[in-house]
Amino acid sequence: MAYQFDWGLVVSGEYGVMLVEGLVTTLKISALSIVLSLGMGTLICVMRLTKVKALEWLSASYTEFFRNTPLLVQIFFWYFGSAAVLPVAWNKWLYAQDFEFAAGVISLTVYTSAFIAEDLRSGIFAIPKTQLEASRACGLSFLQAMGYVILPQAFRIIIPPLISQFLNLIKNSSLVMTIGVMDLTYMARQIESQTFHGFEAFTAATLIYLSISLLVSAAIQIYNVRVLRLGR
Amino acid sequence: MHWEVVWNNMSYLLLGAYPKGPLGGLALSIVMALVGIFGAFWLGLLIGVFRLSKRAWLRVPALVYIEIIRGTPLLMVIFWFYFLAPVVMGKSLPGEQAAMIALIVFTSAYIAEIVRAGVLSLPKGQMEAARGSGLSHTQAMIYVILPQALFNMIPSFVNQFVSLTKDTSLGFIIGVTELTKAATQINNRTMNAPSEIFIAIAALYFVICYVLTAFSRRLESRINRYQARGR
Repeated sequence: MAYQFDWGLVVSGEYGVMLVEGLVTTLKISALSIVLSLGMGTLICVMRLTKVKALEWLSASYTEFFRNTPLLVQIFFWYFGSAAVLPVAWNKWLYAQDFEFAAGVISLTVYTSAFIAEDLRSGIFAIPKTQLEASRACGLSFLQAMGYVILPQAFRIIIPPLISQFLNLIKNSSLVMTIGVMDLTYMARQIESQTFHGFEAFTAATLIYLSISLLVSAAIQIYNVRVLRLGR
Repeated sequence: MHWEVVWNNMSYLLLGAYPKGPLGGLALSIVMALVGIFGAFWLGLLIGVFRLSKRAWLRVPALVYIEIIRGTPLLMVIFWFYFLAPVVMGKSLPGEQAAMIALIVFTSAYIAEIVRAGVLSLPKGQMEAARGSGLSHTQAMIYVILPQALFNMIPSFVNQFVSLTKDTSLGFIIGVTELTKAATQINNRTMNAPSEIFIAIAALYFVICYVLTAFSRRLESRINRYQARGR
């Protein structure tokens, strides 16, 4: 029997609504994780640049460990493993909340912040060392020098890799379907199993992901052109 | 803590049901990674060269391929091959094959971009000189440009291969009993040691990926030194 296409299925009606809901969840979890991983990544990077050995070692192991293990395993660890160490009462409370969503945010944040910390570190290395020395000589503390002098310049340098990290995060957020967060991928999978019209469902979801990515890359292109023009 | 759960199931984590059943666990992950790396390298090289071609009928499809794949989550690519194979071919693909094809297709788009960047970073005079000495464009590419560009790109390739190795874990979603799936099976059966099990497999992945990462860092500094000497 030949496959009957039914595109109306994903464009309107119940299943169209499901896809939109999924998209909203994907955007929500991505936006929250982007903001948190930016903060976390900066913290880890600054810790690594302090001259305190313990902090340096801690942040270096953090980046190495979380960059070199699969995100899916991390998601499972936070969702199944982290709650198991907590007292039973806390556990019950956690699962009564939206723990799937929280575990998703934690995993995406921890994973992406390790990559952001590395990008930021290379951005900081691109700034002449004398900048830090001069700011220290002006009487700023290490943290003040970082916050007011070094980081603002470093962030400007690493905007392109940073944005591609954010794009990766949006795409990686599809993995949270495995712990039951009802994101775009989850919804597409759901439509497939309810209607057996996987072709339409996955095409629609792919097109949505693709438009997000292309929109963001177009924004980078425009930014690059403007910065290159202004920078000269 | 219940580390004995991990020790008691170590052979399942490492080999799956082998030798009584099919290969699984870490061994299957490694096989998938090796097949994926081999396939993605050659497909990526081909698409990267097409992307640089002067002929629009080669360049444009390569560009579209790269952009579509890079804008899509790997999970989606896996679903395409797993769920759409029955629609297109009339029979379903085994999970292992669908996952390996998806890994190859997905990673090749990233390899293609690395190849393109590598070729573009070579001085233009190399191609001109090669053409000037009588080589055809294809010959110049194969004998002069690619060997140099690929050499410079080794660290980027290795990083991409680390990603691919981590990505084999997504086979879990379509039921391939690689390391992550084996771990969740053990977790569902034992129920009392989720942290220990997932920490243990994270450590297994870490060892492989970290060795590769450290290797790529060493290569990078070597290549930089080599280039500095050449100038």
